[in-house]
Amino acid sequence: MEPLEERALDGNAIGGLMLEVFGTEMTAATGTCGSCGTVGYVAEFAVYRPGLGTVVRCRHCDNALMVFVQVRGVTCVDTRGLASLS
Amino acid sequence: MAGTAVRGRLNAQGGQPLQPLTTAWQTATVESLADETPKVRTLTFELPHWPGHRAGQHLDVRLTADDGYQASREYSIATAPGEPVAITVERLDDGEVSPYLTEDVHPGDEIEIRGPVGGYFVWDPVDGGPLLLVAGGSGIVPLRAILRHRAREESPVPVRLLYSSRSWAEVIYRAELDQHVEGVTVIHTLTRQQPAGWQGYARRVDQRMLTEVAWSAAQAPLAYVCGPTSFVETVAAGLVALGYQEGRVKTERFGATGS
Repeated sequence: MEPLEERALDGNAIGGLMLEVFGTEMTAATGTCGSCGTVGYVAEFAVYRPGLGTVVRCRHCDNALMVFVQVRGVTCVDTRGLASLS
Repeated sequence: MAGTAVRGRLNAQGGQPLQPLTTAWQTATVESLADETPKVRTLTFELPHWPGHRAGQHLDVRLTADDGYQASREYSIATAPGEPVAITVERLDDGEVSPYLTEDVHPGDEIEIRGPVGGYFVWDPVDGGPLLLVAGGSGIVPLRAILRHRAREESPVPVRLLYSSRSWAEVIYRAELDQHVEGVTVIHTLTRQQPAGWQGYARRVDQRMLTEVAWSAAQAPLAYVCGPTSFVETVAAGLVALGYQEGRVKTERFGATGS
């Protein structure tokens, strides 16, 4: 496991956000990194909140797996960094 | 995604929820407050529409300022399933939400809550053990919910809790953890300051401490680690080095604490 920066949270922290977007509990789901192919629990993803939104990164290659941004009360999510999520 | 926001609004106004309540914000009334340490307070809520929770889950708290600005934070649920819902909050001096929750809130006040949240960092007696719980600071909160759940369900699963605090005065739930519970061993380490005559560990959790405290990997233990990010990284890597299976080391990080 790569050491994470101290400010990094993990996927547990976005359980509520994902519940809002996907309508179901997702922290125990597994995702595959679209860049390095690492498979991991959403709860183990690295989560950063730089201020404007939420960036979810692969713990192994740092690829951005998901990006959440709130615009006028609507949550937009970009999941292009994920090869799969189930 | 627009539909999400609209349904959420309907939920708040109409009596009949259109989606599972866990995804909707609901109003909780603060029932009681209890100081755990000078900087840590437990808030117990009255939640008429709570769907029930699992040990280890958290909830989201949302505060709205007079000008409409909103801030939300995640807090672990401090109590076992079936007990009144409570959170234990540590005041972060530069925080947006925790100073309000630890200093300004009064019984009877209303707070917006969403939850329960999470299906990964949870434990039920059927998950078995032996259990190794490792907490740094307020990382004890979800682990306390697990301990209470184990006790209420009369689970015989043996538990070792390794709990790192800065000082004895900063140990959260100290009186509760001091009570002898069959099958539960609590090991403290005090990293900054120790009382006179302290015989226990007096340093940050390291590999040698984990080797001394943790169950042998041969016993196929199940570990839950919660604390600041750097703490969790150290402990999780240490347990994997001891032979723990990665999938049986469950982690929850709450970032830097500014300590």
